[in-house]
Amino acid sequence: MDAGAYVLQVLQVLIALIGAPLLTGWVNQCRAWLQNRSAPPLLQPYRQIAKLLEKDVVLAHNASRLFRLVPYVLFACTVLACAIIPTLSTDLPLAPAADAIALVGIFALARVSLSLAGMDVGTAFGTLGARREMLIGFLAEPALLMVFFTASLISQSLSLATIVETIAHREFVIYPSLAFAGVAFTLVSLAENARIPVDNPATHLELTMIHEAMILEYSGRHLALVEWAAGLKLYAYSCLGLALFFPWGIPEGTGFGNIGVALPVLLVKLGIGGMVLALIETLSAKMRIFRAPEFLGAAFMLAVIAMLVRLLLEAPL
Amino acid sequence: MPSLLSLDLAGFVVLYWLAIGAAGLIAPRNIGYVGRTLFPLGALGSLALAAIGLAALGAAPQTMVLAIGLPQLPFHLRLDALSALFLVLLGAASAGISIYAAGYFRRGEGTPPGLQCLQYHVFLASMTMVLLADDAYFFMVSWETMALSSFFLVTSEHRHAEIRRAGYLYLLVAHIGALGILLSFGVLQGGSGEFTFAAMRAAPHSGWWATAAFGLALFGFGAKAGLLPLHIWLPEAHPAAPSPVSAMMSGVMLKTAVYGFIRVTFDLLQIQLWWWGVVVLALGLASALFGAVFSAVQSDMKRLLAYSSIENIGVIFVGVGLAIVFNAFAMRALAALALTAALYHCLNHAGFKSLLFLATGSVLHATRERSLGKLGGLIHRMPWVAWITLVGALAGAGLPPLNGFVSEWLLLQGFLFTPQLPNGYIHMLVPVAAAAVALTAALAGYVMVKFYGIVFLGQPREDKLSQAHDAGVLERIGLLWLLGLCLVLGIVPVAVIEFIDPVTRILVGTGLGETARAHGWFLLAPISGARASYNPGLFLIVILTVFALVFVVVRRVYHGRVRRAAPWDCGFPLQNARMQDTAEGFGQPIRQVFEPFYRMERELPTPFDTAPRYRVKVEDHFWYWLYLPIARAAEFGTRLVTPLQKGRIAVYLLYSFVTLLLLLVLR
Repeated sequence: MDAGAYVLQVLQVLIALIGAPLLTGWVNQCRAWLQNRSAPPLLQPYRQIAKLLEKDVVLAHNASRLFRLVPYVLFACTVLACAIIPTLSTDLPLAPAADAIALVGIFALARVSLSLAGMDVGTAFGTLGARREMLIGFLAEPALLMVFFTASLISQSLSLATIVETIAHREFVIYPSLAFAGVAFTLVSLAENARIPVDNPATHLELTMIHEAMILEYSGRHLALVEWAAGLKLYAYSCLGLALFFPWGIPEGTGFGNIGVALPVLLVKLGIGGMVLALIETLSAKMRIFRAPEFLGAAFMLAVIAMLVRLLLEAPL
Repeated sequence: MPSLLSLDLAGFVVLYWLAIGAAGLIAPRNIGYVGRTLFPLGALGSLALAAIGLAALGAAPQTMVLAIGLPQLPFHLRLDALSALFLVLLGAASAGISIYAAGYFRRGEGTPPGLQCLQYHVFLASMTMVLLADDAYFFMVSWETMALSSFFLVTSEHRHAEIRRAGYLYLLVAHIGALGILLSFGVLQGGSGEFTFAAMRAAPHSGWWATAAFGLALFGFGAKAGLLPLHIWLPEAHPAAPSPVSAMMSGVMLKTAVYGFIRVTFDLLQIQLWWWGVVVLALGLASALFGAVFSAVQSDMKRLLAYSSIENIGVIFVGVGLAIVFNAFAMRALAALALTAALYHCLNHAGFKSLLFLATGSVLHATRERSLGKLGGLIHRMPWVAWITLVGALAGAGLPPLNGFVSEWLLLQGFLFTPQLPNGYIHMLVPVAAAAVALTAALAGYVMVKFYGIVFLGQPREDKLSQAHDAGVLERIGLLWLLGLCLVLGIVPVAVIEFIDPVTRILVGTGLGETARAHGWFLLAPISGARASYNPGLFLIVILTVFALVFVVVRRVYHGRVRRAAPWDCGFPLQNARMQDTAEGFGQPIRQVFEPFYRMERELPTPFDTAPRYRVKVEDHFWYWLYLPIARAAEFGTRLVTPLQKGRIAVYLLYSFVTLLLLLVLR
């Protein structure tokens, strides 16, 4: 590992920080086009964050210190996740800090801290949001782990870097198990990122919201960080999906020539991914909250099927 | 000779504790003397025991024969790595609990503190003796002493009928379990008539006898550990006991059962069959899932933690079961991995669950409330307890970079190797098991958010909560000690694994120490760096750095202005504390998703009720499927025998006479 790797690591984090609101803006734009609305500007999320950072924080009387700490913790967790997932290279200094299971742990830490913050002020909506978020979380987490397990059975490793190297840089093999795992991962990502069939990021209609209910009491810079962290999470999940299922284009080396390839490839892949997400959100309707267990149960079963397919049909590969 | 010394020293700690207990009787109602003097002295003994355990971990096994006991049956003692590890667990956890207990006692009804001090220290001493015993006789004596002393501790508040009932249930299950253990030892000695563990190791165990010994041990130790379906005493006994005792029972005593089970299956039994492992794995999974699902719907905070203990014990047994499977197929390194995960989880659970139980004690003292639905907002009134408990709750939820995560991580790593097993069926079943473990871990997060959020966050649900006060100094020290344990176990897993290494070495012949050490002190890569790795230290550093950077940048570039106002809540002005989720409300999604798990009775109001009442009662199916039929059968049996009982001595003499005659005839 050389100095280049460290530069690349910092670069990857910076790209994530800058790119995450852009991705959110892009998805919003695509969705507006698909729904025949006039689209908001691409840079709207940046303006939103800048505006919120300017504003005063209005805290509820009852808010404790925990409530004020959580946005920073949340932001730090998602930044760490973005730093670990191989997007620009597989040779990153932070990659050994966490394998796929630890990555699930980071997301869980972020979720739990946000849920606790949701309960802190003690409003009806806050606790409702926290409860629903934890419901979605405990259903999604096992499915996500099963997806990782399937990938790890292929590459004999849980390290994300090794998984990418195996799938992208050895001879080309089609793994049917990965197709199942990919569908499962998509379902889980939709749920985890509060996207449409499970939650609606654009709603403030009381009875349907999950994520928005939890962060209802946040304002000013806290809200800016929470929104930014939500964008980063979407970015992290997108990069994760790309790394697991479309890893071609992520270089193993850390030279600057590699970045010249990796960055445009990443942008194209994310652009397509954002369009697909907007398409899914446009084509589906929001479910009742108690349909969510069925939805995520399906994701879980798909992931288990992926694993069994791997064990039964692909074992000699 | 330092090697012999540590066993002697452990014996001295036992005597020291007994002496402290006896000293409690001098002035049993003097709280200053018993609480502020004797309990801290007891904590010193715990620290010494932990140090002795640490020193003995790497040393060769030491044995000793005590000339007390029955004639021809002296007490045998032995201190090997397995005992030493559990001594460390006992010492480290009880040090914090004793210090906490020093500040916990108040004047009140129930057993006087001096007597509790005696029972508590006898309890500690008997657990130590269980860990040191090297023959079945001494083991059973210690085991029963442990059961009895803890029974008296559970029933400290014996004026309440439900506490007496809980204590009775505990005693009953403990004794039925002890019967299983006794029979298991009986099978293990293999007809030799020798009851030392050394003789049992040497005795040949053929397949069926070995299975019988294993089954009885699983039953007996499972009853003590709270494995399904013998878990019913846990949710009754833990809420009944004073909080330090609940902490001790849940954090430490359950682990002696794990110790006993590992001792019998890995040490005393020379052979292992793979399907034993599958049985243990299945029972562990069932307990883990059951415990998690039930703890999510509890509304009493100590019951919630008790069910969560069942879950954690389940996870530990999953690790043990997986280790048996691997070991039976002679995959030593993987057996070591699974066993390390199980032992690591024992340590973790001792840390965070003791902490959480002690925290409930502080809340109970401050508010006199155990019901979650009447708490809330305590983070403002009890900041010390609240912030320390936050770490404990996050550890209990299995989140990185705290300790609960490490053992779960190791366990899942173990599951990923199961496709290498030569048996086709289990390698198919095991992924499903891994999924269940993942589900349990995620549910544990739900439970901890519920526990912490409802007790400490939000608005106070009752007016009297504004009178709540924070824990005293001694209680804080006890809590901080356990907090430190959770942090150390979480941040330097490599060092902990090195301590566990000698244990797995004697049990399965290999350990993870060397491969773990190869990557330095912080990077945990138990198999190889390319396979999987986790670095909690770096993890924490990155999170803290980003945290600090963002904080400074936001403050510098923008501002730190804060204004206080009424909560927004979508503009609803009439918000009050009653509108927050109650414990029942928070558990409702789980009740709905896992409906078949519960036996539920609902009473719904009709739309025309002027005083509508909603009632829901969630119970355990096992009561109705298993225990009540047994109880009815027992009652029926006794009713059949009742006619024999006449209450007249002449009749009883006649019975003896007839029996004698019969025996003479049959001879």
